[in-house]
Amino acid sequence: MSIETLFGLGAAALVGIGLYGLIVLAHPLRKIIAFNVMGSGVFVLFGALAKRGAGAGLHADPVPQALLITAIVVAFAASALAVALIVRLIESTDSASLAGDPLDEGTH
Amino acid sequence: MTGGIVSLAIVLLLLALAVWAVLVREAFLAIAGFVAYGLLLSLVWVRLYGIDVALTEAAIGGGLTGAMLIGAVSRLRGTEAASRSERSGAGLHVVALLLCFSVTATLVLCVLLLPEPAPTLALQVSENLAVTGVGNPITGVLLAFRALDTLLEAIVLVIALIGVWSLAPDRLWGGRPGLRYHADPDGILAYFARLLPPLGIIFAVYIFWAGADHPGGKFQSATILAAMWMLVLMAGLADTPSIGHRGVRFGIVIGPLVFVAIGVLGLFSAGALLAYPEEWAKPMIVVVEVALLPTLTLVLGLLLAGPPARRGSAA
Repeated sequence: MSIETLFGLGAAALVGIGLYGLIVLAHPLRKIIAFNVMGSGVFVLFGALAKRGAGAGLHADPVPQALLITAIVVAFAASALAVALIVRLIESTDSASLAGDPLDEGTH
Repeated sequence: MTGGIVSLAIVLLLLALAVWAVLVREAFLAIAGFVAYGLLLSLVWVRLYGIDVALTEAAIGGGLTGAMLIGAVSRLRGTEAASRSERSGAGLHVVALLLCFSVTATLVLCVLLLPEPAPTLALQVSENLAVTGVGNPITGVLLAFRALDTLLEAIVLVIALIGVWSLAPDRLWGGRPGLRYHADPDGILAYFARLLPPLGIIFAVYIFWAGADHPGGKFQSATILAAMWMLVLMAGLADTPSIGHRGVRFGIVIGPLVFVAIGVLGLFSAGALLAYPEEWAKPMIVVVEVALLPTLTLVLGLLLAGPPARRGSAA
């Protein structure tokens, strides 16, 4: 099996594992971690596709690789925003629950 | 052959750590697993010949994200037990499992049925790279061929930071983010916070400059600078600036502003937005990168610090 296929199959499993955690885990911080696992699965798949595009003296297609760098930085920014939202949720409702509308509970 | 075994071991370990990060009971243990996962992921990039990606992943995916999550979990301690009681029912677990299996199975099919030969832009990049004056194809893509992506990314980062700041309660607007750290001034942390930053800055400048022709560049360099800044903050040697600080705000927007200005200049000098006039490509790329460096460093550091949490006088 080529290295691209191996990492591609691993990436497919990572997306599944992350998606499962995103749905099943209750705590929002755990959901963020699961979402990052899922996202990294997409990145690895993309990286495997970049490796398949090797040619013209380059070991991999530089266009998807450059987009991956952009993606990793943007994923960090999105996670930071999500974490800040959760901390604010807990500060204003004393609970990390995503069930129901926190503003209806009158604890604001 | 050995290479194949190493790759297989990396994939299996990666999957094990992913399962750990999702299923383990304690959030702190999940984060510890996720940091190791991020570092292992950078090995995946090395195996896939993406050294630039590996550097970014190690710095951001393993380093900054881990630091941010550990900071968050310490503030969320009390809420973990409550959300455990909220566990979803068996029905949802089954549906989730089915959904995840079908998503994974679809992706597996896609991977196995990929077209041959693989579509690639490698030839176009290496044919046209000489025009940009940079030797690293990734830098060429980021700042010339796909400069629009990089510009939008810089803007997205600034917007994310504004989003984080906007979560501050009204009375703290304009204050300083995060806690004021106090550490033993003669302790090991303060010692490292004095010793490492000069070395880190030299290393960051090298990575930044080498990025033109070798793996590296402004993203990796900015992450190292942000990490050095965090070290100084955590050792209590300096305080985070208040978000109303004019110099800080200027540093945050300088990158996108210069990038847009050079992009618009391209309309007149080279006939297209974000185009560089011939002979001037390399100097203009350097100007954009230098302008993006403070923006990326400040935004990454301040995203990590979070929304303003203390009153601070705007200086």
